[in-house]
Amino acid sequence: MQNILIIGAASAIAEATARIFAAQGSNLFLMARSEERLSTIAGDLKVRGATSVRSAAFDANEIDSHQSALDDACASMGRIDIVLVAYGTLGDQKKCEQEPTEALREMQTNAMSTISLLSRLANIMERQGSGTIAVISSVAGDRGRPANYVYGAAKAAVTTFCEGLRSRLYKKGVHLLTIKPGMVDSPMTEGMDLPAALLAKPEQVAGDIVEAIRRRQDVLYTPWYWRFVMMGIIHLPVKLFKRLSL
Amino acid sequence: MRISGWGRYPVVDTRVDYPKTSSGLDDALRSINDGAIARGLGRSYGDSSLGGYVICTRWMDHMLTFDRETGILHCEAGVSLSEILEVFTPEGWFLPVTPGTRFVTVGGAIASDVHGKNHHVAGCFCDHVEFIELALDAGKTIRCSPVENPELFRATCGGMGLTGVIRSAAIRLKPVRSLFIDQTTFKSSNLRESMELFTLHEASPYSVAWIDCISGGESLGRSLLMTGDHAPEGEPEKRGRKSRLEIPVDLPSALLNRHSIKAFNTLYYHRIRGRSVERRLHYEPFFYPLDSIGGWNRMYGANGFTQYQFVVPKEAGYPAMEAILKEIVASGRGSFLAVLKAFGKQNANLLSFPVEGYTLALDFRIEKELFPLLDRLDAMVLGYGGRLYLTKDARMSAATFRQSYPAWERFQAVREAHGAMGRFSSQQSKRLGLD
Repeated sequence: MQNILIIGAASAIAEATARIFAAQGSNLFLMARSEERLSTIAGDLKVRGATSVRSAAFDANEIDSHQSALDDACASMGRIDIVLVAYGTLGDQKKCEQEPTEALREMQTNAMSTISLLSRLANIMERQGSGTIAVISSVAGDRGRPANYVYGAAKAAVTTFCEGLRSRLYKKGVHLLTIKPGMVDSPMTEGMDLPAALLAKPEQVAGDIVEAIRRRQDVLYTPWYWRFVMMGIIHLPVKLFKRLSL
Repeated sequence: MRISGWGRYPVVDTRVDYPKTSSGLDDALRSINDGAIARGLGRSYGDSSLGGYVICTRWMDHMLTFDRETGILHCEAGVSLSEILEVFTPEGWFLPVTPGTRFVTVGGAIASDVHGKNHHVAGCFCDHVEFIELALDAGKTIRCSPVENPELFRATCGGMGLTGVIRSAAIRLKPVRSLFIDQTTFKSSNLRESMELFTLHEASPYSVAWIDCISGGESLGRSLLMTGDHAPEGEPEKRGRKSRLEIPVDLPSALLNRHSIKAFNTLYYHRIRGRSVERRLHYEPFFYPLDSIGGWNRMYGANGFTQYQFVVPKEAGYPAMEAILKEIVASGRGSFLAVLKAFGKQNANLLSFPVEGYTLALDFRIEKELFPLLDRLDAMVLGYGGRLYLTKDARMSAATFRQSYPAWERFQAVREAHGAMGRFSSQQSKRLGLD
């Protein structure tokens, strides 16, 4: 029976992933901002077969609370087998362009707070000498695109940070998985004009994540075809790339 | 935001909210000014989940409690039947009633009071609903059931979302011995035989026929009737990959013409060589053959399609079905395959579609010349004392509706009594004169 900590448990991908772990009879510890959502999700996961579900309200932007929040989760669970870091905001790029403070706020939520959390988690897992840290980054971090380069820059920071951290933890028996989902059908993308054929279901992404954790994969593009889409985008020459409005 | 039903006709540009929690739903209810309509996974075909303000409950998809003794599941309205199967079939529980797709929400299944292949023995979906928590306003949620606020319950079941937004509901799952179905396929060479087969096999818990709507003359109404029951044993095998085929773009509508459809029907019909064939199969291909083709609604091209489903009472029987089917065959506009089913007894819900008799459902691609044909069919159906399924409807007239759903005035009275009139409305309700 696995002990699983999920930070940002109310995100669509995190919830779908938690449902798979619940069906496997795991012990879950959920962290998210909204108490209301936590209690609904916890109830749902219990019906789906989780052995135990505990939760704590948590705001990733309150950096000072990180250590105590993680300590509480660890004390409650004992050993952590898997931690999934899943929170984030898909900010308003146009607003970020007009108001630099908004851009910095996005960086704060999607990069700085994650770096703080990952640093602390790394120390905990390193002491433990086992387990997996799975971090949801994004394909948006692979190349800065005019449509969302603030979000992309934050995710690029997370991806690069994870790459270095992976090498450090590898030597201590800890596995780090960087997850790069493409566009996902979720409340975050609801109402956006996205091509339906490219929208992945959260449960599809969740299935890929659980499988990648099991296989101790390093980097996961999900659904799989994003690896090839991004390979194409990364290799476009700058001279051409800057003319596109992707 | 531009949305449509499963038939992709009509399409409207409207305001849509996606509450994720109970308090989010309250916020949405507070913001209603000109009438709102609930929507789940958008699987009703026409305009019943379209309106000036749409409250989509698909992300309110949490299970609340499950009683492993009684099989009663209490869940939020946005939980899909697919999720219920996913979670509970491994424990030996099954849906008491299921429509031909598992991608509908519990809220939608109640609002449409959906039926399935076991209607003749198990009734509609709502006949297995323990209670409904119906939200009329922020902070005003009424619990209704066959014994508690029964009038509101009778109006809400099959009420197309016009009594309020379903917050959650409790349904009774049924225990099954295995996830396999023992299926027998019978071949019939004409309509009379097809209809007689239903009577002959009425003891079989599941039955449905795929009927040829292109061939006329001697072969008019030839079909393959499939009956089935849960197999007595069989290990819950691993399912194959979910969606094997995906139709990502609109197919050119010329691809489906009477020649290609005729060829398909002939091939389909001759799939079965003998009089009957038995096989044991997983419940998915038995109940949800089309769910394995993602986006099959794109098959009819960019203009969309409408599914025409009517029922004629048992007394009208064969002559009614023969006359209507002849009209469809003569038009040459019928779809690949149509579904024929014998319904059991009608329930007490005010706008529930099934009445004891025969129902036929078939697709028509939207084109200008289609509408006069459908109007002619409407007149015939009404003449035989039948009616159309609101969940599939995109175009019937208010007069047709009122004549064929005589409980509509009682339905309006219940809405009036609970302040739902004008507060909950859809494009369909306006067209049908339910305002």
